[in-house]
Amino acid sequence: MSATSPAVEVADLRLAYGIKEVLHGISFAIERNEIFAVIGPAQSGKTSLLRCLNRTIDLVPEAAVTGTVRVDGSDVRRVKDVFGLRRKVGMVAPLPVGLPLSIYDNVAFAPRCAGVRARNDLDSVVERCLRQAALWDEVKDRLGSLGTALSGGQQQRLTIARALSHQPEILCLDEFSIAIDPVTTMRIEDVLKELRGEMTIVLVTNLVQQARRLADRTMFLWNGDIVELDATEVIFSDHPADRRTLDYVNGIFG
Amino acid sequence: MDGAPPPAGRFAKTALVARRERAQTVAKWIFGAMSLAMVLPLLAIVSYLLVRAWPSLGWEFLADIPRKGMREGGIWPAFVGTLYLVGISLAVAAPIGVLAAIYLNEYARENWFNRVINMAVINLAGVPSIVHALFGLGAFVYAARFGFSILSASLTLAIMTLPVIIASTREALASVPRAFREACWNVGATRWQTIRAVVLPNSISGILTGIILQVSRAAGETAPIMFTGAVFFKAVQRGDLFPYRLGDQCMALSMHLYTVSTQVPNVKESIPYATAVVLLGSVLLVNATAIAARVWLRGRKKW
Repeated sequence: MSATSPAVEVADLRLAYGIKEVLHGISFAIERNEIFAVIGPAQSGKTSLLRCLNRTIDLVPEAAVTGTVRVDGSDVRRVKDVFGLRRKVGMVAPLPVGLPLSIYDNVAFAPRCAGVRARNDLDSVVERCLRQAALWDEVKDRLGSLGTALSGGQQQRLTIARALSHQPEILCLDEFSIAIDPVTTMRIEDVLKELRGEMTIVLVTNLVQQARRLADRTMFLWNGDIVELDATEVIFSDHPADRRTLDYVNGIFG
Repeated sequence: MDGAPPPAGRFAKTALVARRERAQTVAKWIFGAMSLAMVLPLLAIVSYLLVRAWPSLGWEFLADIPRKGMREGGIWPAFVGTLYLVGISLAVAAPIGVLAAIYLNEYARENWFNRVINMAVINLAGVPSIVHALFGLGAFVYAARFGFSILSASLTLAIMTLPVIIASTREALASVPRAFREACWNVGATRWQTIRAVVLPNSISGILTGIILQVSRAAGETAPIMFTGAVFFKAVQRGDLFPYRLGDQCMALSMHLYTVSTQVPNVKESIPYATAVVLLGSVLLVNATAIAARVWLRGRKKW
């Protein structure tokens, strides 16, 4: 809880689904208020890693986790209020998920779950988050209509607004752009740039160029191991520390 | 001219295309005929019953009590008895079944205990009703000392419908995409908040349909109630809405149909048919309500 501890600190994290180990004891730290990108081919354990941060991994029956994950200095396996932890760590899934509720209720859902009832408070949360997610102008006149009726790109921004609604300190985005068009992707990237400095952003992405555009530091995860973790300029330079990094970011394998 | 090439044009019909189209048409007619074949027996049954029952049909038949040793008169005690049995059995089975299904589908983890429960539910649904009857006789009539009564009979029907309600409710819950649940968990919602806000509102139509369909099953069963609380005859006031108490024995439509068809000589010919029409009519009415409810609720479904 001290202001000096990193936002996320992972030590010797191992994760297995049944007998199949997908993370082989990785250690790294994410600094406060940086944009931290995780790149790597499919099946590298990127999504599993995110699930360990907010302990939604608990909801996968056969998953076994060892090692420690510290969020804001406290071990996530020891936190008493796992729901509070999940509010601290916002999560945006790859496919946009508008809940089958109104746009307003989609964003007000998390505050309501946390016990906020006053209409004024909810109104201001909804407006703030929709503005932050660059969706407000498009939906402000129809907050009562269904979140599921929005287009894919709008739903993804709605998902981001929902993730912001519980005022996370860390915002994790899991390949947020795979199901949306390039224009919306650029808009969301602008949103992330504006949020930089306000919160820690963990960006898991298949698009290496997206990491290059946004991230302060980039981690290359491959088959459950960290190949390289360094400043983004180094990862994307001609001389990263590991030959595989160079090959991957230049599209030679992966 | 003989042997001329087919008419030019890039989308001209070749022999292959023509053959495919023929197969398509034949298939369509066969499937259509089968669907029609399914409707015909129902129409035949209903019209045959209506014609044979016609002399007795009317409000009078419904509201009157059986007279002259059940050879004439109406079926009021049996009709009310069936309402009691079905109502009480559902009042017991529906809450237990729905809550159990929510536990099994939303909370239970995959372990041996829950696998045993699953197996039990599936096998219980396959037990013949006469076996349920015997169980009800032993468990409720004798062991629990409820005697031959509406209570025993209703509980037996409840045991019989419970596994099917659990199965249909689980299916309705499972039809809500997991992504919705994960989205809720990700913003710090508890399982119960997730169920209340997202899962139940989007599965309620399926849950209700499953329950209401059990009404017809419970109303039609004869064996379980015959063993546990239904009787041939019970003296009741004409049109009395509350003739029975929980500990009483009662008449029931399915049982009454059996009685007047096989046990009583010289019954007025149309009475068994009219009884069947009332039984079928009530069941169809309930099913129609179920369909209407489903249409209404599905209209509110949100994705």
